[in-house]
Amino acid sequence: MNKRENSISMNGKKKKRSAVSERLLSLICFLLIIICWCVGSYGGMVRDIFLPSPTAVAGKIIAMAKDGSLWANCWESTLRVLVGWFWSAVAALPMGMLMANSRKISAFVQPIIEFARYLPVVALVPLTLLYLGIGETQKYTIIFLGTFFQLVLMVCDTVAGVDSNMINAAKTLGAGKMQIYKEVIFPAALPGLMDDFRLTIGWAWTYLVVAEMVAADNGLGYMILRSQRYLATDTIFAGLILIGLIGLVTDFLFRVLSRIVAPWYDRLTDK
Amino acid sequence: MEQKRKLQVRNLNRVFEGAGGSSVTALSDVNLDVKESEFVMIVGPSGCGKTTLINIIGGLDTATSGEVLLDGKPVKGPGADRGMVFQGYSLFPWLTVQKNVEFGLKMKKIPAKERAEAARKYIDLVGLTGFENALPKQLSGGMKQRVAIARTLANEPEVLLMDEPFGALDAQTRVVMQELLAKISRTTGTTILFITHDIDEAVLLGERIYVMSRRPGTVKEVIEANLPGERSHNSLVLPEFLETKKRIMDMLWSESSDAAMGR
Repeated sequence: MNKRENSISMNGKKKKRSAVSERLLSLICFLLIIICWCVGSYGGMVRDIFLPSPTAVAGKIIAMAKDGSLWANCWESTLRVLVGWFWSAVAALPMGMLMANSRKISAFVQPIIEFARYLPVVALVPLTLLYLGIGETQKYTIIFLGTFFQLVLMVCDTVAGVDSNMINAAKTLGAGKMQIYKEVIFPAALPGLMDDFRLTIGWAWTYLVVAEMVAADNGLGYMILRSQRYLATDTIFAGLILIGLIGLVTDFLFRVLSRIVAPWYDRLTDK
Repeated sequence: MEQKRKLQVRNLNRVFEGAGGSSVTALSDVNLDVKESEFVMIVGPSGCGKTTLINIIGGLDTATSGEVLLDGKPVKGPGADRGMVFQGYSLFPWLTVQKNVEFGLKMKKIPAKERAEAARKYIDLVGLTGFENALPKQLSGGMKQRVAIARTLANEPEVLLMDEPFGALDAQTRVVMQELLAKISRTTGTTILFITHDIDEAVLLGERIYVMSRRPGTVKEVIEANLPGERSHNSLVLPEFLETKKRIMDMLWSESSDAAMGR
């Protein structure tokens, strides 16, 4: 027994060390990009109007933080992403689960979902404006349309991928249909579903910019688009960096959440 | 004393319809009896339809014709009265050993306290006391299969169906598990129907052995194989063991050499 515990703790140490070196590699990649940026900008290789200097961008971010527009824009955009994506997740989850477990339902809705999935969301903007006006609902709808159809198919795939051995075992242990959904399929699919959610919330940011392109007067997407008009490349860069940072934070939160709701699950990257 | 007939399989046929009107007969006119508390083995080469047979008995597959009777009543669909242990461990990886074993009882809505007690009893029976709070991923293959056995037994099934449960284990662990199962059969009196392609396993564990042949899968012979004394690794060298093993090998030999030649 002692030997076994020893080997487990050794494994743990090894894991920790490799995780530290992996983090270092990620950091080095960011550093390299920043170095290239510095060389290109301070070395005078690229004109400021195309590539603003890191100090100019940092200064812009600090200035925005001071006058409060940074927080306001980040908050507005994050809220839009969250609300639009939330409704898409709430709708896609039961729909995808039903599709995965019923051929009839799948045959009924799958073709229309596949069809809708290929419609460019940008092309739907005029209709959303016509139907919904220029308020927040229009923005939520764009994000919903951009993510829902993809998410349904992803949920369906994840749920259909649940090991049928486990479902059979549950059946022979006397579980009924609803019990199998609740006690087997849902928990077994949960880690995969968390991944699906994490990916689609990333896409939601793409559609946010689409939504803020028209008829918005705040938000990061709006800020970037307006800056183009005034050739304020430093603001564009600041906006891009902020969206990227929010993305990193979101990803991190989702990973933490995944580990909380499915601590039993071994991710390939954790091994 | 005549033992009661627990499980009966009557004239069972299973035909798989393939694409373009082709069909494969997996099972042809299979008849089988398992008496109360009996340990029955089904041995046969891969492709003889034995997994199809046990899936039909377990209610996971449907027969083309014929019937399966449990205590004289035809069975329809899966149910807790026919517990199954699969080759893949099929444990629920998000549940601890304790909660895995409690699963069937929870489905029956048995109160938490009673379930916990029953689960502990069966965890003890399979020798896993002290591992109640471990997750399946922390266990070895043999230990996982112990959990699967405890989980099925906790449900107190009328028949325990086992589909090559030790097929994925290494040779030593397999013998340890076989001894454990022989002990469980002896002490609990559970009726067991066990499928394997391993002749040693069949002879070591079975009170009666159904030998199946392929194409189409059907019962070739039934052998009474009562080894003297308690079944253990020592039984593997008894003259009675070797004699029965030879009988089965001869029976399957001509057929498997045919199969190897692609005939």
